[in-house]
Amino acid sequence: MRTMWRHRLFWPSAALVTLIVVNTIARPNFIKLTLRDGDLYGALIDILRNSAPLMLVALGMTIVIATRGIDLSVGAIMAVSGAVALTIIDGSDDPGNIGTVLVAVVAAVLVSLVLGAWNGFLVSVLGIQPIIATLVLMLAGRGVALLITGGFITTVNSQPFSYIATGYLFVLPFAFFISVAAIAAVALVERRTALGVLTESVGINPEASRLAGVRSRSIIWGAYMVSGTLAGIAGIIYASNIRAADANAAGVFIELYAILAVVLGGTSLMGGKFSIAGTVIGVLIIQTLESTILFLGVPSAQSPVFFAIVVVVVVVVQSPRLRRALTRLSASRSGGGGEPPTADNPKQKAEVGR
Amino acid sequence: MTATATRAEGREARAPFFQTFLSRHGGMMPTFAAIAILLVLFAGAEAFLRGDFITPRNISALLLDNAYLMVLAVGMTFVILTAGIDLSVGSVMAFTGILGAKLLADGLPVAIVVPAILLGGAAIGLMIGILVQYFNVQPFIASLAGLFLGRGLAYVVSLSSIRVEEPAILWLQSTRLRLGDWYITPTGIIALGAVAIAAFVLHFTRFGRTIYAIGGSEQSARLMGLKVARTKVAAYVISGLCAGVAGLVLTAYSGAGYPRNGIGTELDAIAAVVIGGTLLTGGRGYVLGSMVGVFVYGTIKTIISFMGAEQSWMQIIVGALLLLFIVVQRAIVARSEGRR
Repeated sequence: MRTMWRHRLFWPSAALVTLIVVNTIARPNFIKLTLRDGDLYGALIDILRNSAPLMLVALGMTIVIATRGIDLSVGAIMAVSGAVALTIIDGSDDPGNIGTVLVAVVAAVLVSLVLGAWNGFLVSVLGIQPIIATLVLMLAGRGVALLITGGFITTVNSQPFSYIATGYLFVLPFAFFISVAAIAAVALVERRTALGVLTESVGINPEASRLAGVRSRSIIWGAYMVSGTLAGIAGIIYASNIRAADANAAGVFIELYAILAVVLGGTSLMGGKFSIAGTVIGVLIIQTLESTILFLGVPSAQSPVFFAIVVVVVVVVQSPRLRRALTRLSASRSGGGGEPPTADNPKQKAEVGR
Repeated sequence: MTATATRAEGREARAPFFQTFLSRHGGMMPTFAAIAILLVLFAGAEAFLRGDFITPRNISALLLDNAYLMVLAVGMTFVILTAGIDLSVGSVMAFTGILGAKLLADGLPVAIVVPAILLGGAAIGLMIGILVQYFNVQPFIASLAGLFLGRGLAYVVSLSSIRVEEPAILWLQSTRLRLGDWYITPTGIIALGAVAIAAFVLHFTRFGRTIYAIGGSEQSARLMGLKVARTKVAAYVISGLCAGVAGLVLTAYSGAGYPRNGIGTELDAIAAVVIGGTLLTGGRGYVLGSMVGVFVYGTIKTIISFMGAEQSWMQIIVGALLLLFIVVQRAIVARSEGRR
């Protein structure tokens, strides 16, 4: 029991289960799945489908945060990627052709890869702080997207393209399979090869890893490229969902939600150890919470208040000060059997390291 | 910094004046670069538009249009000097603006509404400061909570825009104190006043020196016995307060409160501060530089609208300028570290 308590995914999973239980009690329809024409429908399926863009972005963000970085430009990259894809489809003679859509998707992903590589170049080669390096693209990216679409909201009517976000494969939404594939790919590469361990070592101490022979520059660079690429795919899903490239609205605030998902999943922003399963749970928590807020009849514009409360509760619960107070409380109750209060707190240590 | 300066002085005693000045005031270089860019922008626009750009009207409008951003940049400078960051200012500005408009529409007198606006901003700043200082939350995440809270509360107050008809608020905007063709509005005076007060506080008070010390090295500041906790919280409260003032200024400027105001303005404020030569690692920079940064930002905006170019260029140019300044700063920091 105690080991389960201590497991770092315990609290995120507990939060997700609580949310689902509360929703089910409030509206029994919540967990009901209906099979219509061989496709599954229901609130849970909606959550899985709508979470796809955030899932992709948050996965990339996890890797970047593990290297002690942050990527603020994901929303802007989403906008650019959507703009590239839709402009290609819109400009072609046959928007309904699968070949056209494939070309558009590949081009959009390649552009996102280049943008990610640009971020990585600024951070790993020029040594600019990640927040600032990615801020450049966050500011400029939307401008670029607007230039690509010529300042308009490009809309297309293309069957294969809208399939990406709204279509069904077997009984589940296609977008869900995209996020599962991304989770599987990232988990395989990071956990079945040494790359994950190397990424964590770069995040814990870049200088020591470099001296130990880890090519920290390429690992950091690669992390931003992965983040950019995943954000590009997320941008395509977003654009496919609304069948339009809206450079001003695509992926607004998604970087913040992605960072929130990563933090909810128990990955520290200080870099180092990361948890892909935690991020997946974090994304699902956010998406479920959003669905709950909508169900409560709160205008979706007001939902940030709830997220603010969630952020504050999560960070306060995770803070060393509250942990110490709780330890002391339980120690005094059980007659001094608890852990001794630890003097070192991670933040101060990190500051000395800097 | 002082130690570096004295050592450099000893070594370069016979060096030409210019070199001595450079090595002593290396930290000022980014700010001088910002002033240089501002002058180049002015000269370029003047040449390009055949003498139609530098007119008293345009320069006066520059201050008028960017007054709210200047107030935000002043608050942001305090936070960034302590090596923190405050993402909440844009949405706090929207919240305080719509709150003020709503209270005025409900018939409350200005004497209550204005303090309420300022307190609202300061309260969110206080929350961020407490999270950062006492719960060891990273400034980025703590102010992210502030961003969500401010934006959400703005929509809680009202989902649509509210017109302001209170003459005392509109007076802030409509009054023009003229001197020939030059004019300045009370909002402009508020913005310049904020800069002046901040410059005084940062350079001539113990509090200001503590801010710089924390940004230089928080650990050392604590060991020196400076009041780190109180000062750090105060920096965020000041930033929140400035966001409140900016909300007031923006409400006066647009004559209405609107909950969608200021989306992304926090990035403009950060960009202005960085362009003005304040280092994001904290401890170096000047609030006067931030003022120059806001003017650079405003001038680019004016030039683009004069040229009739698309507004999307604005984002690209500001991004590119930001990049330029970051690389320059990076080079300066690398140089001073190398000397040590």
